[in-house]
Amino acid sequence: MSPGPVLQLKDGCAVLSGTWTLAALVPRLAVLQGDLAAAAAGAASWDLTAVSHLDSAAATLLWRTWGGAHPASLAASEAQRHILDRVAALPPEAPPPVRPRRSPVTLLGRVVLRILHNLYGLVALFGQLLLDGLHLARHPGEIPWKEFSANLYKAGAQALPVSALVGFLIGITISYLSALQLKTFGADLFIVNILGISIIRELGPVLVAVLVAGRSGSAMTAQIGVMRVTEEIDALATMGISRTVRIILPKVVALTLAMPLLVLWTSAVALVGGMAAAYLQLDLSPGYFIDTLPRAVPVANLVIGLAKGAVFGFAIALVACHFGLHVRPNTESLSAYTTTAVVTAITTVIVVDALFAVFTRQVGMPQL
Amino acid sequence: MNAPVPAIAMRGVWTRYKETVIHKDLDLTVAPGDVLGLVGGSGSGKTTLLREMLGLLRPARGTIELFGQDLDDPDPLAQRAVRRRLGMLFQHGALFSALSVFDNIAFPLRELKCLDEAWIRQLVHLKLAMVELEPRHGRLMPAELSGGMVKRVALARAIALEPELLLLDEPTAGLDPDRSDNFVRLIKQLQRELGFSVVMVTHDLDTLAGLSNKVAVLADQHIVASGPLLDIMSVDHPFIRNFFCCERGLAALQQAHN
Repeated sequence: MSPGPVLQLKDGCAVLSGTWTLAALVPRLAVLQGDLAAAAAGAASWDLTAVSHLDSAAATLLWRTWGGAHPASLAASEAQRHILDRVAALPPEAPPPVRPRRSPVTLLGRVVLRILHNLYGLVALFGQLLLDGLHLARHPGEIPWKEFSANLYKAGAQALPVSALVGFLIGITISYLSALQLKTFGADLFIVNILGISIIRELGPVLVAVLVAGRSGSAMTAQIGVMRVTEEIDALATMGISRTVRIILPKVVALTLAMPLLVLWTSAVALVGGMAAAYLQLDLSPGYFIDTLPRAVPVANLVIGLAKGAVFGFAIALVACHFGLHVRPNTESLSAYTTTAVVTAITTVIVVDALFAVFTRQVGMPQL
Repeated sequence: MNAPVPAIAMRGVWTRYKETVIHKDLDLTVAPGDVLGLVGGSGSGKTTLLREMLGLLRPARGTIELFGQDLDDPDPLAQRAVRRRLGMLFQHGALFSALSVFDNIAFPLRELKCLDEAWIRQLVHLKLAMVELEPRHGRLMPAELSGGMVKRVALARAIALEPELLLLDEPTAGLDPDRSDNFVRLIKQLQRELGFSVVMVTHDLDTLAGLSNKVAVLADQHIVASGPLLDIMSVDHPFIRNFFCCERGLAALQQAHN
């Protein structure tokens, strides 16, 4: 191993020897920098001829020590001078551009504009899908059945186990907590009403929507985003295949169709969970539960629940695809857009749910 | 004084991928200052060999030493010290897409955790100048670069730590002949200036003839020949005959000699 960087002061002359490379400098940088600064103050002439290897990092260090100019007297080989000249030839440091501070009003304006921009994009995408639908109605041969069924399987069938597990546990939890309250009022029998209305009308659809947004929505954004990064979408376009017909439409239609089915399945499993907890906690027989359920929960609630499911599925897929199509070709943007897509999808679902609640407030309440 | 420690010494290396044997009892030595071109047919395991030199892959059998340091050394600090002495230019650049050009080149320097920001800025601008880019290019993002610029930035990042060994995977693939010549000239010039050893995998005869002073031929799962280009061409082996001894090979060589 060659000796590391050595600095000696000999009668007003700084003599450097050993290897002056970045790798050799790093272990004792702090000491060397101090020594160099002291030498620069004391010595007028520098001797580099004993240096076995000088790299540009060390040259930069020397140059900085000398305060950006050649010392009064410098003994160095031709190669070393060349390296130093390279450093000397660097253009003077341009000050980094100062980022103007933005006022809160500008920031708010930016956020609003971005939301409007995304809304515009969503409406445009929706319009494009409608046009594609019309086109496919006239040319049924072009309907992408295979992609559609693949998406239905991925977003629907494969989500069955996890949504059942979550639904069952939520059913048990709600039933258990409500039973504790109802018991104190002696209103045990109303557990059927509470569970039936809340799960079928509200919890089932929202629960599935949150699950699906996290599961399928993020997957859609990431997939479309990567296809954009790797130019696969452009490849499709060059073959004359519409990206909306082949990629987006199957996803949106599949999720719009799969979601009501998932809602039905999850609500049913949640009710089973609730029924089990009611039996254990209140001694309410499952037979009575099933018998009372149709009377306690008018069928309109089921319709509302399923309709919500379809609308939520449509919204999630549309939002996910919209953000996927806007991913820029870098890893940071991919992760940012996937996060945004999931958050926006869930927010949209909650907003739509509130609208549903307002407009269907007269519908489906049991007559007492 | 003994002979200088070789930059790379591979001894008895076997590589298996599932049932397929890729390298069988392979030996390869790269002396300091060598510019070794590694050639071989498609699927002969050139890139695999390069990944083994980097320590990204482990051979099934055999030892690989970089600068006399065994790559199997379990000490993470020793491992890192060795890695810092080599730079790698990936075929597609492998720039960090979330960082700007400047930050990409500054990244290995910042990882040393002992250089101040002004020094790093100066070094990055120096590296940019070395690969013939301007400081203003530092603000661009990798997605905004052309193919040739990606290679230059990747090269600048590879030499950021002043490595003693540079590994190049298809350095001129995807560049037009003019840019490819420029890039070869650039690497050659940097090699002369900085004095690092080079191992490169290439299919391109112009690159091979223009850059390397030694050639190793990978065929039949081991190095069938290694030495100066002209010596290799006289070796009688079916792959070498096919690879060099047709007209394009001669044309490329002639150009290199003129």
